Amino acid sequence: MDPVLLARFQFAATTIFHFFFVPLSIGLVFLVALMETLYVVRNEEVYKKMAKFWGHLFLINFAVGVVTGIIQEFQFGMNWSDYSRFVGDVFGAPLAIEALLAFFMESTFIGLWIFGWDKLSKKVHLVCIWLVSLGTFLSGFWILMANSFMQVPVGFEMNNGRAEMNDFLALITNGQLFVEFPHVMTGALCTAAFFVAGISAYNLLKKQHVVFYKKSMKIALIIGLIGSIGAALSGHTQAQYLVKTQPMKMAAAEAIWKDTADPAPWSAYALIDTKNKENKFELNIPYALSFLSYSKFEGSLKGMETLQKEYTKKYDSIVGEGTNYIPPVKTTYWSFRLMIGFGVAMILLSMFGLYLSRKKRLEQNQWFLRFLLPAISFPFLANTFGWVMTEVGRQPWTVFGLMTTADSISPNVSAGMILFSIITYLLLFTILAAVMVYLMIREIKKGPGVHQSSDSKVSTDPFSKVGA
Amino acid sequence: MELSEQWFVLIAVVFIGFFFLEGFDFGVGVSTRFLAKNQNERTVMINTIGPFWDANEVWLLTGGGAIFAAFPHWYATMFSGYYLPLLAVLLFLIGRGVSFEFRRKVDNQRWTNIWDWVIFCGSLMPPFLLGVLFTSMLKGMPIQQDMNMAPAFSDFINIYSLWGGLTVTLLCYLHGLNFLTLKTEGEIRQRSAALAKRIVLAVLGSLIVFVVLSWFMTDIFKVRFIPELVLVALIVLSYGFSYYFISKKHEGLSFTMSGLGLAFTVSAIFVGLFPRVMISSINKAYDLTVYNASSGAYSLKIMTIVALTILPFVLVYTIWSYYIFRKRVTDKEHLTY
Repeated sequence: MDPVLLARFQFAATTIFHFFFVPLSIGLVFLVALMETLYVVRNEEVYKKMAKFWGHLFLINFAVGVVTGIIQEFQFGMNWSDYSRFVGDVFGAPLAIEALLAFFMESTFIGLWIFGWDKLSKKVHLVCIWLVSLGTFLSGFWILMANSFMQVPVGFEMNNGRAEMNDFLALITNGQLFVEFPHVMTGALCTAAFFVAGISAYNLLKKQHVVFYKKSMKIALIIGLIGSIGAALSGHTQAQYLVKTQPMKMAAAEAIWKDTADPAPWSAYALIDTKNKENKFELNIPYALSFLSYSKFEGSLKGMETLQKEYTKKYDSIVGEGTNYIPPVKTTYWSFRLMIGFGVAMILLSMFGLYLSRKKRLEQNQWFLRFLLPAISFPFLANTFGWVMTEVGRQPWTVFGLMTTADSISPNVSAGMILFSIITYLLLFTILAAVMVYLMIREIKKGPGVHQSSDSKVSTDPFSKVGA
Repeated sequence: MELSEQWFVLIAVVFIGFFFLEGFDFGVGVSTRFLAKNQNERTVMINTIGPFWDANEVWLLTGGGAIFAAFPHWYATMFSGYYLPLLAVLLFLIGRGVSFEFRRKVDNQRWTNIWDWVIFCGSLMPPFLLGVLFTSMLKGMPIQQDMNMAPAFSDFINIYSLWGGLTVTLLCYLHGLNFLTLKTEGEIRQRSAALAKRIVLAVLGSLIVFVVLSWFMTDIFKVRFIPELVLVALIVLSYGFSYYFISKKHEGLSFTMSGLGLAFTVSAIFVGLFPRVMISSINKAYDLTVYNASSGAYSLKIMTIVALTILPFVLVYTIWSYYIFRKRVTDKEHLTY
């Protein structure tokens, strides 16, 4: 089998799996910090209960997120050593800074938070969870800086056959980072919000702990609305930026083969034929793409065929003649649309939920509550499709304009080794996911306020010597 | 000193931090089978490292990140070349990490027992594998002209590297026992002190064999005779003092000494390597050194500024968290893990 394909599959599988947990952690710790703030400010026990209950679920999720993240740091060297040699000078720095600045902060203060309920004052304990939240944001900032470099490389010069950093400030102020970071973070807020909303809805349907879950639901819906609208707005700016910086990705995401008319219509549905480089059927909304791309009702976009010609002239000397610069079109097109679809659904759901809550009709509206349960998956799907669009749409590049994916892999690692590690990871992920879901459901069924007794003193079971 | 040389030192410091800190929580993990008599004792032991293990592990991630940033070629050669051992390290660390969180989430002896076995293996194998990795690096790996290597099994698994792995594991085990003596009460405390006293002797014996093996199998004593001799003396002294302090019941000092022993051992490895970062067993000319494997001067300068700004803060809040959880852990209180 082709080692490039296997290495790519491994990267996709490990990163997607890792990124189920990351946004939930980032969003949930923020919500928990909010809840604990309400507890400290208002001094109402229910908010402490909330911080503890949702904090418990956060911790289970956080554990899996942290450990699956270690794979990422090792993976660049293990599977992508030529990439690492080529960009390490630029790309290594944000990774190292992420560990130094964010990982230490997260891990130390989460330890203090978990074990410090009785050892720290209320306010210091609250500061700890906010520092964990800050740590997750910083972590996102630095790792996305690394990713932004792959999308829009800045702050470097070619030297000794590799990219060498020559302007750190340019890396930090990369335009891509400032459209990507808010988009990912607002997505993370949505993830936690819909997680909390879905679980709250389930309990409200069962009429358990009604006050507790109503309050949780309200916080979740507000954060869900802020998050989903924020994601839409930042996504919109990101798309406009994309038109300028990676027009090929945008053309693929819109399935534009030949240059569009002026004004350009937005494609709502297309039957894509990649072989003949055309769309067999299109359903278009006139003017919309011009507006989305340029904020006015005029202007056309370049098609993939035009761009292929331009890129051939520009990049063939770097990566070799006859390179196909068109990414997998169907994947890019459909993942883009699915992301948008789930995103829009989240905006509508949080708006409707808040409307119901305002009219005090939330608990009566059974079908809405029921719908919130499967809606837990929406942000996860939107996050995943968003990343698929971003990363698949960048192909054939790892670093746009500088290095192709095929040139990035480790020349000394065999396909068999990669396949072996893929199988091990997949087995491991299956176990981890199963245990995590099982534990989450258990915790949710236990409900708030019970966990304190369950993890108090060590059991004094007479049979405990058996395990010695 | 050149910037790349400084970064070599800084990376050595990060790995010293890693083994000093995670060393004891690996050791505590190992003790959960060799010292603990039942699940209650295991729970107490695991809770002594509860607030710390995660941050301790970050030292390893920081070390990896620093190697990536400061020496991309070192990172690329090492991580792709040690593919399978590193995959194993990853699996053990992943299993270990989630087990702390999972082990008592279900009130069932068998459930807890399963995760406790994962914690044990996840604490025993990473120091062993990292020991194997570092010692085989000292011996040299088949690095070719293009800086890549495709090592045979015997390149990383041989008498020397296995002994190195065993020694590192023992050092961590002793360090963990000393930590337990310091952080527990009553019977566990006494037993771990008694066991530590015996393990120190094993550590010294293992180290002597390792030094002899290093004399024949590596060039570190030829390249850096005096510094290595001094370091060996310091290592032996540290563990001698550790033995002495255990006997005198100076628990804090004995823990400090086993930590210093680890610190000097890591130093001996890095001093032996310098200025090389990866030694080629094929041709001296193919060695990766701090000069040919490093990032450019600009990148290193930026990283130096960033690291020296952040590291003091990290140290301050790390020390503060150890201060907050300075009390001994017993089963008479609420235990989280």
